[in-house]
Amino acid sequence: MPNVSMTVNGKAVSAEVEPRTLLVQFLREKLSLTGTHVGCDTSQCGACVVHVNGKSVKACTTLAVQHEGADVTTIEGLAQNGELHPMQEAFKEHHGLQCGFCTPGMVMSAIDLVKTHPNPDEKTIREGLEGNICRCTGYHNIVKAVKAAADNMGG
Amino acid sequence: MQYHTPGSFDDAATIAAKAEGVTRFLAGGTDVLVQLRADMVTPDVLIDIKHIDGVSDIAREDGGWRIGVAVTGAEMTEHPELDKEWPGVVEAMDLIGSTQIQGRATLVGNLCNGSPAADSVPAMIAAGASVSVVGPDGSRTIKVEDVPTGPGRTSLEKGEVVSAVHLPARGDNGGDAYLRFIPRTEMDIAVVGCGVNLRLDGDRVAEARVSLGAVAPTVLLVEEAAQAVIGTTLDAAALEALSAAASAACKPINDKRGTIEFRTHVAGVLAKRAAKIAYDRAGGAK
Ligand SMILES: Cc1cc2nc3c(=O)[nH]c(=O)nc-3n(C[C@H](O)[C@H](O)[C@H](O)COP(=O)(O)OP(=O)(O)OC[C@H]3O[C@@H](n4cnc5c(N)ncnc54)[C@H](O)[C@@H]3O)c2cc1C
Ligand code: FES
Ligand code: FES
Repeated sequence: MPNVSMTVNGKAVSAEVEPRTLLVQFLREKLSLTGTHVGCDTSQCGACVVHVNGKSVKACTTLAVQHEGADVTTIEGLAQNGELHPMQEAFKEHHGLQCGFCTPGMVMSAIDLVKTHPNPDEKTIREGLEGNICRCTGYHNIVKAVKAAADNMGG
Repeated sequence: MQYHTPGSFDDAATIAAKAEGVTRFLAGGTDVLVQLRADMVTPDVLIDIKHIDGVSDIAREDGGWRIGVAVTGAEMTEHPELDKEWPGVVEAMDLIGSTQIQGRATLVGNLCNGSPAADSVPAMIAAGASVSVVGPDGSRTIKVEDVPTGPGRTSLEKGEVVSAVHLPARGDNGGDAYLRFIPRTEMDIAVVGCGVNLRLDGDRVAEARVSLGAVAPTVLLVEEAAQAVIGTTLDAAALEALSAAASAACKPINDKRGTIEFRTHVAGVLAKRAAKIAYDRAGGAK
Protein backbone atom coordinates (compact mmCIF):
# COMPACT_ATOMS: atom_id res chain seq x y z
CA MET A 1 0.00 0.00 0.00
CA PRO A 2 1.32 3.47 -0.80
CA ASN A 3 2.20 5.84 2.00
CA VAL A 4 0.88 9.38 2.03
CA SER A 5 2.13 12.31 4.11
CA MET A 6 0.42 15.64 4.49
CA THR A 7 -0.20 18.38 7.00
CA VAL A 8 -3.66 18.35 8.54
CA ASN A 9 -4.70 21.24 10.77
CA GLY A 10 -1.04 22.16 11.24
CA LYS A 11 0.11 18.65 12.21
CA ALA A 12 2.23 16.39 10.04
CA VAL A 13 0.46 13.08 9.43
CA SER A 14 1.53 10.02 7.51
CA ALA A 15 -0.25 6.75 6.84
CA GLU A 16 -0.51 3.79 4.52
CA VAL A 17 -3.63 3.95 2.40
CA GLU A 18 -5.31 1.97 -0.33
CA PRO A 19 -5.02 4.08 -3.51
CA ARG A 20 -8.82 4.20 -3.78
CA THR A 21 -9.19 5.81 -0.33
CA LEU A 22 -10.93 9.17 -0.69
CA LEU A 23 -9.52 12.14 1.18
CA VAL A 24 -12.72 12.27 3.25
CA GLN A 25 -12.31 8.62 4.30
CA PHE A 26 -8.69 9.30 5.22
CA LEU A 27 -9.69 12.24 7.41
CA ARG A 28 -12.63 10.53 9.08
CA GLU A 29 -11.41 6.95 9.36
CA LYS A 30 -7.62 7.22 9.69
CA LEU A 31 -7.43 10.53 11.55
CA SER A 32 -10.82 10.37 13.34
CA LEU A 33 -11.60 13.90 12.18
CA THR A 34 -15.31 13.28 11.88
CA GLY A 35 -16.28 16.94 11.68
CA THR A 36 -16.03 16.62 7.91
CA HIS A 37 -19.30 14.98 6.84
CA VAL A 38 -20.44 12.80 3.95
CA GLY A 39 -23.92 13.67 2.81
CA CYS A 40 -24.20 12.21 -0.67
CA ASP A 41 -22.52 9.88 -3.10
CA THR A 42 -22.68 12.15 -6.14
CA SER A 43 -20.36 15.04 -5.15
CA GLN A 44 -23.27 17.42 -4.92
CA CYS A 45 -24.01 18.19 -1.28
CA GLY A 46 -20.79 19.87 -0.09
CA ALA A 47 -20.92 18.46 3.47
CA CYS A 48 -17.35 17.20 2.93
CA VAL A 49 -15.69 20.49 1.94
CA VAL A 50 -12.21 21.06 3.42
CA HIS A 51 -9.38 23.37 2.42
CA VAL A 52 -6.44 21.99 0.47
CA ASN A 53 -3.60 24.50 0.20
CA GLY A 54 -6.11 27.22 1.09
CA LYS A 55 -8.76 26.36 -1.50
CA SER A 56 -12.10 24.68 -0.86
CA VAL A 57 -12.25 21.13 -2.15
CA LYS A 58 -14.88 18.39 -1.92
CA ALA A 59 -12.98 15.78 0.05
CA CYS A 60 -15.24 13.05 -1.34
CA THR A 61 -14.09 13.77 -4.90
CA THR A 62 -10.36 13.44 -4.48
CA LEU A 63 -8.09 10.61 -3.40
CA ALA A 64 -5.89 10.76 -0.32
CA VAL A 65 -2.85 9.75 -2.43
CA GLN A 66 -3.33 12.84 -4.58
CA HIS A 67 -2.47 15.03 -1.60
CA GLU A 68 1.10 14.03 -0.87
CA GLY A 69 2.71 17.09 0.75
CA ALA A 70 -0.53 19.08 0.83
CA ASP A 71 -1.70 21.40 3.57
CA VAL A 72 -5.22 20.42 4.61
CA THR A 73 -7.54 22.27 6.98
CA THR A 74 -10.76 20.75 8.26
CA ILE A 75 -13.52 22.29 10.38
CA GLU A 76 -11.62 21.08 13.48
CA GLY A 77 -8.66 23.24 12.51
CA LEU A 78 -10.47 26.57 12.42
CA ALA A 79 -10.82 27.53 16.07
CA GLN A 80 -7.62 28.96 17.54
CA ASN A 81 -6.88 28.77 21.28
CA GLY A 82 -10.50 28.03 22.06
CA GLU A 83 -11.76 30.98 19.98
CA LEU A 84 -14.14 30.18 17.14
CA HIS A 85 -13.24 31.40 13.66
CA PRO A 86 -15.28 34.54 12.76
CA MET A 87 -17.25 32.45 10.24
CA GLN A 88 -18.16 29.88 12.92
CA GLU A 89 -19.02 32.71 15.29
CA ALA A 90 -21.30 34.29 12.68
CA PHE A 91 -23.12 31.01 11.96
CA LYS A 92 -23.74 30.68 15.71
CA GLU A 93 -24.82 34.30 16.09
CA HIS A 94 -27.18 34.36 13.09
CA HIS A 95 -28.63 30.85 13.45
CA GLY A 96 -27.01 29.70 10.23
CA LEU A 97 -27.74 26.09 11.16
CA GLN A 98 -30.45 23.82 12.45
CA CYS A 99 -29.44 20.17 12.42
CA GLY A 100 -25.86 21.15 11.65
CA PHE A 101 -25.13 18.38 9.17
CA CYS A 102 -24.25 20.72 6.31
CA THR A 103 -22.52 23.24 8.56
CA PRO A 104 -18.88 22.09 8.45
CA GLY A 105 -18.85 22.11 4.67
CA MET A 106 -20.88 25.30 4.52
CA VAL A 107 -18.42 27.08 6.82
CA MET A 108 -15.38 25.86 4.88
CA SER A 109 -16.90 26.93 1.55
CA ALA A 110 -17.96 30.28 3.00
CA ILE A 111 -14.43 31.02 4.24
CA ASP A 112 -13.01 30.39 0.77
CA LEU A 113 -15.78 32.51 -0.73
CA VAL A 114 -14.99 35.47 1.54
CA LYS A 115 -11.29 35.10 0.78
CA THR A 116 -11.94 35.49 -2.95
CA HIS A 117 -14.83 37.99 -2.53
CA PRO A 118 -14.05 40.04 0.59
CA ASN A 119 -17.27 42.02 0.33
CA PRO A 120 -19.86 39.68 -1.17
CA ASP A 121 -23.44 40.71 -1.89
CA GLU A 122 -26.33 38.29 -1.43
CA LYS A 123 -26.17 37.03 -5.02
CA THR A 124 -22.44 36.32 -4.79
CA ILE A 125 -22.97 34.41 -1.55
CA ARG A 126 -25.83 32.35 -2.94
CA GLU A 127 -23.90 31.54 -6.10
CA GLY A 128 -20.68 30.84 -4.22
CA LEU A 129 -22.46 28.32 -1.99
CA GLU A 130 -24.17 26.58 -4.90
CA GLY A 131 -22.21 23.40 -4.18
CA ASN A 132 -23.45 23.19 -0.58
CA ILE A 133 -26.92 21.86 0.08
CA CYS A 134 -28.83 22.50 3.31
CA ARG A 135 -32.08 20.68 3.99
CA CYS A 136 -33.07 22.66 7.08
CA THR A 137 -32.46 26.38 7.05
CA GLY A 138 -33.77 27.54 3.70
CA TYR A 139 -30.39 29.29 3.39
CA HIS A 140 -31.64 32.68 4.57
CA ASN A 141 -29.70 32.73 7.83
CA ILE A 142 -26.68 31.15 6.21
CA VAL A 143 -26.50 34.07 3.80
CA LYS A 144 -26.90 36.49 6.70
CA ALA A 145 -24.15 34.75 8.64
CA VAL A 146 -21.73 34.82 5.72
CA LYS A 147 -22.41 38.51 5.13
CA ALA A 148 -21.82 39.30 8.81
CA ALA A 149 -18.65 37.23 8.91
CA ALA A 150 -17.35 38.97 5.79
CA ASP A 151 -17.88 42.31 7.51
CA ASN A 152 -16.14 41.08 10.67
CA MET A 153 -13.29 39.57 8.70
CA GLY A 154 -12.50 43.05 7.42
CA GLY A 155 -14.11 42.96 3.95
CA MET B 1 -6.29 -0.34 -7.85
CA GLN B 2 -2.90 0.90 -9.02
CA TYR B 3 -2.24 4.64 -8.94
CA HIS B 4 0.40 6.11 -11.26
CA THR B 5 1.77 9.65 -11.56
CA PRO B 6 3.77 9.67 -14.82
CA GLY B 7 5.99 12.67 -15.58
CA SER B 8 5.36 12.67 -19.35
CA PHE B 9 2.62 11.82 -21.82
CA ASP B 10 4.83 9.13 -23.34
CA ASP B 11 5.08 7.46 -19.94
CA ALA B 12 1.33 7.86 -19.42
CA ALA B 13 0.67 6.22 -22.79
CA THR B 14 3.10 3.40 -22.04
CA ILE B 15 1.47 2.67 -18.69
CA ALA B 16 -1.98 2.77 -20.27
CA ALA B 17 -0.93 0.54 -23.17
CA LYS B 18 0.40 -2.12 -20.78
CA ALA B 19 -2.42 -1.80 -18.26
CA GLU B 20 -4.65 -4.76 -17.63
CA GLY B 21 -8.26 -4.25 -16.72
CA VAL B 22 -10.20 -1.03 -16.47
CA THR B 23 -7.94 1.96 -17.06
CA ARG B 24 -8.78 5.60 -16.39
CA PHE B 25 -6.86 8.83 -16.58
CA LEU B 26 -7.29 11.16 -13.64
CA ALA B 27 -7.70 14.82 -14.55
CA GLY B 28 -10.09 16.61 -12.17
CA GLY B 29 -11.65 13.34 -11.07
CA THR B 30 -15.16 14.80 -10.99
CA ASP B 31 -16.42 11.97 -13.18
CA VAL B 32 -13.88 9.24 -12.41
CA LEU B 33 -14.11 9.49 -8.63
CA VAL B 34 -17.89 9.87 -8.58
CA GLN B 35 -18.13 6.68 -10.65
CA LEU B 36 -15.64 4.98 -8.32
CA ARG B 37 -17.62 5.94 -5.22
CA ALA B 38 -20.85 4.76 -6.73
CA ASP B 39 -19.21 1.43 -7.66
CA MET B 40 -20.16 2.13 -11.27
CA VAL B 41 -16.59 1.97 -12.54
CA THR B 42 -13.71 0.88 -10.34
CA PRO B 43 -10.49 1.36 -12.28
CA ASP B 44 -7.79 -1.28 -11.94
CA VAL B 45 -5.27 1.29 -13.13
CA LEU B 46 -5.62 5.00 -12.49
CA ILE B 47 -3.14 7.31 -14.22
CA ASP B 48 -2.94 10.80 -12.73
CA ILE B 49 -1.82 13.15 -15.50
CA LYS B 50 -1.50 16.26 -13.34
CA HIS B 51 2.21 15.77 -12.65
CA ILE B 52 3.19 16.25 -16.30
CA ASP B 53 4.87 19.57 -17.14
CA GLY B 54 2.69 22.21 -18.73
CA VAL B 55 -0.68 20.52 -18.12
CA SER B 56 -2.00 23.57 -16.27
CA ASP B 57 -0.94 26.13 -18.91
CA ILE B 58 -3.16 28.22 -21.14
CA ALA B 59 -0.77 29.36 -23.88
CA ARG B 60 -0.87 31.20 -27.21
CA GLU B 61 -0.45 28.96 -30.22
CA ASP B 62 -0.73 30.02 -33.88
CA GLY B 63 -2.89 32.96 -32.89
CA GLY B 64 -5.23 30.61 -31.01
CA TRP B 65 -4.83 28.76 -27.74
CA ARG B 66 -3.33 25.59 -26.38
CA ILE B 67 -5.12 24.55 -23.22
CA GLY B 68 -3.44 22.01 -20.95
CA VAL B 69 -5.33 18.88 -19.96
CA ALA B 70 -5.41 19.79 -16.26
CA VAL B 71 -6.60 23.39 -16.76
CA THR B 72 -9.77 23.77 -14.70
CA GLY B 73 -13.01 25.55 -15.48
CA ALA B 74 -12.17 28.17 -12.87
CA GLU B 75 -8.78 28.84 -14.51
CA MET B 76 -10.47 29.34 -17.88
CA THR B 77 -13.04 31.76 -16.44
CA GLU B 78 -10.26 33.72 -14.76
CA HIS B 79 -8.34 34.10 -18.05
CA PRO B 80 -9.54 37.44 -19.50
CA GLU B 81 -8.08 37.02 -23.00
CA LEU B 82 -9.42 33.51 -23.47
CA ASP B 83 -12.82 34.65 -22.24
CA LYS B 84 -12.77 37.60 -24.62
CA GLU B 85 -11.94 35.47 -27.66
CA TRP B 86 -13.96 32.31 -26.93
CA PRO B 87 -16.71 33.34 -24.50
CA GLY B 88 -18.92 30.46 -25.64
CA VAL B 89 -16.34 27.82 -24.73
CA VAL B 90 -15.63 29.52 -21.40
CA GLU B 91 -19.32 29.93 -20.48
CA ALA B 92 -20.02 26.29 -21.35
CA MET B 93 -17.21 25.08 -19.09
CA ASP B 94 -18.32 27.50 -16.38
CA LEU B 95 -21.74 25.82 -16.23
CA ILE B 96 -20.18 22.64 -14.86
CA GLY B 97 -20.81 22.28 -11.14
CA SER B 98 -20.17 24.60 -8.24
CA THR B 99 -17.04 26.39 -7.01
CA GLN B 100 -15.37 23.19 -5.84
CA ILE B 101 -16.15 21.26 -9.04
CA GLN B 102 -15.00 24.28 -11.08
CA GLY B 103 -11.71 24.13 -9.21
CA ARG B 104 -11.05 20.66 -10.64
CA ALA B 105 -13.12 19.83 -13.74
CA THR B 106 -11.37 19.96 -17.14
CA LEU B 107 -12.36 20.21 -20.81
CA VAL B 108 -10.69 16.92 -21.68
CA GLY B 109 -12.35 15.08 -18.79
CA ASN B 110 -15.70 16.43 -19.95
CA LEU B 111 -14.94 15.27 -23.51
CA CYS B 112 -13.45 11.85 -22.71
CA ASN B 113 -16.10 10.91 -20.18
CA GLY B 114 -18.19 10.61 -23.32
CA SER B 115 -21.49 11.97 -22.04
CA PRO B 116 -23.77 13.16 -24.86
CA ALA B 117 -24.85 15.94 -22.46
CA ALA B 118 -21.32 17.20 -21.69
CA ASP B 119 -21.61 20.98 -21.69
CA SER B 120 -18.23 22.02 -23.02
CA VAL B 121 -18.32 19.66 -25.99
CA PRO B 122 -20.86 21.45 -28.26
CA ALA B 123 -19.02 24.70 -27.54
CA MET B 124 -15.65 23.16 -28.46
CA ILE B 125 -17.09 21.60 -31.61
CA ALA B 126 -18.70 24.89 -32.68
CA ALA B 127 -15.37 26.62 -32.07
CA GLY B 128 -13.57 24.13 -34.33
CA ALA B 129 -11.39 22.83 -31.51
CA SER B 130 -9.12 19.80 -31.80
CA VAL B 131 -7.10 17.68 -29.39
CA SER B 132 -3.59 16.25 -29.55
CA VAL B 133 -3.31 12.62 -28.62
CA VAL B 134 -0.19 10.70 -27.61
CA GLY B 135 -0.24 6.94 -28.00
CA PRO B 136 2.12 3.99 -28.07
CA ASP B 137 2.61 4.50 -31.83
CA GLY B 138 3.16 8.26 -31.75
CA SER B 139 0.97 11.33 -31.81
CA ARG B 140 -2.03 12.50 -33.79
CA THR B 141 -4.50 15.37 -33.80
CA ILE B 142 -8.24 14.72 -33.79
CA LYS B 143 -11.13 17.14 -34.26
CA VAL B 144 -13.26 17.27 -31.13
CA GLU B 145 -16.34 16.07 -33.05
CA ASP B 146 -14.48 12.88 -33.93
CA VAL B 147 -13.71 11.95 -30.31
CA PRO B 148 -17.09 10.77 -28.92
CA THR B 149 -18.45 7.63 -30.57
CA GLY B 150 -21.36 6.86 -28.23
CA PRO B 151 -22.43 7.31 -24.62
CA GLY B 152 -19.28 6.71 -22.54
CA ARG B 153 -17.24 5.77 -25.61
CA THR B 154 -14.52 7.61 -27.54
CA SER B 155 -12.37 6.99 -30.61
CA LEU B 156 -9.22 6.91 -28.45
CA GLU B 157 -7.37 3.60 -28.75
CA LYS B 158 -6.00 1.67 -25.80
CA GLY B 159 -2.92 3.52 -24.58
CA GLU B 160 -3.90 6.86 -26.08
CA VAL B 161 -3.97 9.95 -23.89
CA VAL B 162 -5.05 13.48 -24.82
CA SER B 163 -2.13 15.87 -24.31
CA ALA B 164 -3.73 19.25 -25.13
CA VAL B 165 -6.79 21.05 -26.47
CA HIS B 166 -6.34 23.49 -29.34
CA LEU B 167 -8.65 26.40 -30.01
CA PRO B 168 -8.13 28.07 -33.40
CA ALA B 169 -7.26 31.75 -33.82
CA ARG B 170 -10.39 33.81 -33.19
CA GLY B 171 -9.76 36.22 -36.08
CA ASP B 172 -11.88 39.28 -36.80
CA ASN B 173 -15.67 39.57 -36.70
CA GLY B 174 -16.21 36.26 -34.96
CA GLY B 175 -18.27 35.27 -31.95
CA ASP B 176 -19.42 32.11 -30.19
CA ALA B 177 -22.04 31.23 -27.59
CA TYR B 178 -23.32 28.23 -25.65
CA LEU B 179 -26.73 27.77 -24.05
CA ARG B 180 -28.29 24.79 -22.32
CA PHE B 181 -31.69 23.95 -20.97
CA ILE B 182 -31.94 22.35 -17.55
CA PRO B 183 -35.03 21.80 -15.41
CA ARG B 184 -33.44 23.59 -12.45
CA THR B 185 -31.43 26.82 -12.57
CA GLU B 186 -28.14 25.27 -11.42
CA MET B 187 -26.30 22.00 -10.83
CA ASP B 188 -28.10 19.84 -13.34
CA ILE B 189 -27.37 17.97 -16.55
CA ALA B 190 -28.29 19.48 -19.91
CA VAL B 191 -31.57 18.30 -21.45
CA VAL B 192 -30.41 20.11 -24.59
CA GLY B 193 -27.21 22.10 -25.17
CA CYS B 194 -26.31 24.23 -28.18
CA GLY B 195 -23.07 25.87 -29.28
CA VAL B 196 -22.94 28.36 -32.16
CA ASN B 197 -19.87 30.01 -33.68
CA LEU B 198 -20.19 32.64 -36.41
CA ARG B 199 -17.93 34.81 -38.52
CA LEU B 200 -19.45 37.86 -40.20
CA ASP B 201 -18.62 39.73 -43.35
CA GLY B 202 -20.27 43.12 -42.79
CA ASP B 203 -23.65 42.18 -41.36
CA ARG B 204 -23.82 38.86 -43.23
CA VAL B 205 -22.86 35.51 -41.77
CA ALA B 206 -19.85 34.25 -43.71
CA GLU B 207 -19.01 31.16 -41.67
CA ALA B 208 -21.04 29.20 -39.15
CA ARG B 209 -20.78 26.09 -37.00
CA VAL B 210 -23.71 24.80 -34.95
CA SER B 211 -23.44 21.93 -32.49
CA LEU B 212 -26.11 20.24 -30.36
CA GLY B 213 -25.66 18.24 -27.17
CA ALA B 214 -27.95 15.77 -25.36
CA VAL B 215 -30.18 15.14 -28.39
CA ALA B 216 -28.39 12.08 -29.81
CA PRO B 217 -25.94 9.37 -28.65
CA THR B 218 -23.07 11.78 -29.37
CA VAL B 219 -22.78 15.54 -29.57
CA LEU B 220 -23.69 16.57 -33.14
CA LEU B 221 -22.15 19.03 -35.58
CA VAL B 222 -25.18 20.12 -37.58
CA GLU B 223 -24.08 21.16 -41.06
CA GLU B 224 -27.65 21.94 -42.26
CA ALA B 225 -28.15 24.37 -39.38
CA ALA B 226 -24.96 26.20 -40.31
CA GLN B 227 -26.03 26.35 -43.98
CA ALA B 228 -29.37 27.85 -42.92
CA VAL B 229 -27.68 31.02 -41.67
CA ILE B 230 -24.64 31.39 -43.96
CA GLY B 231 -25.13 34.32 -46.33
CA THR B 232 -27.98 35.80 -44.27
CA THR B 233 -28.11 38.74 -41.86
CA LEU B 234 -29.64 36.38 -39.30
CA ASP B 235 -33.07 37.80 -40.08
CA ALA B 236 -36.30 36.17 -38.95
CA ALA B 237 -36.43 33.81 -41.94
CA ALA B 238 -32.84 32.65 -41.32
CA LEU B 239 -33.57 32.04 -37.65
CA GLU B 240 -36.63 29.97 -38.54
CA ALA B 241 -34.61 27.91 -41.00
CA LEU B 242 -31.87 27.45 -38.37
CA SER B 243 -34.39 26.35 -35.80
CA ALA B 244 -36.01 23.86 -38.19
CA ALA B 245 -32.63 22.41 -39.18
CA ALA B 246 -31.55 22.05 -35.56
CA SER B 247 -34.79 20.29 -34.59
CA ALA B 248 -34.56 18.03 -37.64
CA ALA B 249 -31.11 16.83 -36.58
CA CYS B 250 -32.31 15.60 -33.17
CA LYS B 251 -32.53 11.89 -32.35
CA PRO B 252 -33.10 12.24 -28.62
CA ILE B 253 -34.03 9.80 -25.92
CA ASN B 254 -37.35 9.99 -24.11
CA ASP B 255 -36.99 10.23 -20.34
CA LYS B 256 -38.46 11.88 -17.32
CA ARG B 257 -36.21 14.89 -17.79
CA GLY B 258 -37.41 15.59 -21.31
CA THR B 259 -39.64 13.92 -23.88
CA ILE B 260 -38.57 13.53 -27.51
CA GLU B 261 -40.94 16.31 -28.61
CA PHE B 262 -39.69 18.63 -25.89
CA ARG B 263 -36.00 18.09 -26.58
CA THR B 264 -36.54 18.47 -30.32
CA HIS B 265 -38.43 21.72 -29.87
CA VAL B 266 -35.98 23.16 -27.33
CA ALA B 267 -33.03 22.40 -29.64
CA GLY B 268 -34.53 24.75 -32.22
CA VAL B 269 -35.22 27.45 -29.66
CA LEU B 270 -31.74 27.28 -28.16
CA ALA B 271 -30.10 27.34 -31.61
CA LYS B 272 -31.89 30.62 -32.39
CA ARG B 273 -31.00 32.19 -29.07
CA ALA B 274 -27.37 31.07 -29.15
CA ALA B 275 -27.02 32.28 -32.76
CA LYS B 276 -28.29 35.73 -31.78
CA ILE B 277 -25.78 35.97 -28.94
CA ALA B 278 -22.94 34.77 -31.19
CA TYR B 279 -24.00 37.30 -33.83
CA ASP B 280 -23.93 40.14 -31.31
CA ARG B 281 -20.56 39.04 -30.00
CA ALA B 282 -19.22 38.94 -33.56
CA GLY B 283 -20.05 42.62 -33.78
CA GLY B 284 -23.23 42.25 -35.79
CA ALA B 285 -25.58 43.88 -33.27
CA LYS B 286 -28.31 45.69 -35.14
C1 LIG C 1 -21.63 18.05 -8.76
C2 LIG C 1 -21.27 17.83 -10.21
C3 LIG C 1 -21.86 18.62 -11.18
C4 LIG C 1 -21.55 18.43 -12.54
N1 LIG C 1 -22.15 19.24 -13.47
C5 LIG C 1 -21.88 19.06 -14.78
C6 LIG C 1 -22.52 19.90 -15.76
O1 LIG C 1 -23.30 20.79 -15.44
N2 LIG C 1 -22.21 19.67 -17.08
C7 LIG C 1 -21.33 18.70 -17.46
O2 LIG C 1 -21.09 18.58 -18.66
N3 LIG C 1 -20.72 17.91 -16.56
C8 LIG C 1 -20.98 18.05 -15.23
N4 LIG C 1 -20.36 17.24 -14.30
C9 LIG C 1 -19.47 16.16 -14.75
C10 LIG C 1 -17.96 16.48 -14.71
O3 LIG C 1 -17.68 17.46 -13.72
C11 LIG C 1 -17.42 16.97 -16.06
O4 LIG C 1 -17.64 16.00 -17.03
C12 LIG C 1 -15.91 17.32 -15.98
O5 LIG C 1 -15.57 18.18 -17.04
C13 LIG C 1 -15.01 16.12 -16.00
O6 LIG C 1 -13.66 16.57 -15.97
P1 LIG C 1 -12.57 15.94 -14.97
O7 LIG C 1 -11.30 16.65 -15.26
O8 LIG C 1 -13.04 15.96 -13.58
O9 LIG C 1 -12.53 14.44 -15.53
P2 LIG C 1 -12.06 13.08 -14.84
O10 LIG C 1 -13.12 12.60 -13.93
O11 LIG C 1 -10.69 13.23 -14.29
O12 LIG C 1 -12.01 12.16 -16.15
C14 LIG C 1 -13.19 11.89 -16.90
C15 LIG C 1 -12.90 10.90 -18.03
O13 LIG C 1 -11.99 11.46 -18.96
C16 LIG C 1 -10.86 10.61 -19.14
N5 LIG C 1 -9.71 11.47 -19.29
C17 LIG C 1 -9.34 12.50 -18.44
N6 LIG C 1 -8.24 13.09 -18.92
C18 LIG C 1 -7.88 12.43 -20.05
C19 LIG C 1 -6.82 12.58 -21.00
N7 LIG C 1 -5.90 13.56 -20.85
N8 LIG C 1 -6.77 11.74 -22.05
C20 LIG C 1 -7.71 10.77 -22.21
N9 LIG C 1 -8.74 10.59 -21.37
C21 LIG C 1 -8.82 11.40 -20.30
C22 LIG C 1 -10.81 9.71 -17.91
O14 LIG C 1 -10.20 8.47 -18.20
C23 LIG C 1 -12.28 9.58 -17.57
O15 LIG C 1 -12.86 8.55 -18.33
C24 LIG C 1 -20.63 17.42 -12.92
C25 LIG C 1 -20.03 16.62 -11.95
C26 LIG C 1 -20.33 16.82 -10.60
C27 LIG C 1 -19.66 15.96 -9.58
S1 FES D 1 -20.19 14.11 0.44
FE1 FES D 1 -21.62 15.19 -0.77
S2 FES D 1 -20.31 16.46 -1.91
FE2 FES D 1 -18.90 15.32 -0.79
S1 FES E 1 -28.65 22.72 9.01
FE1 FES E 1 -29.49 20.78 8.58
S2 FES E 1 -28.73 20.45 6.59
FE2 FES E 1 -28.17 22.47 6.92
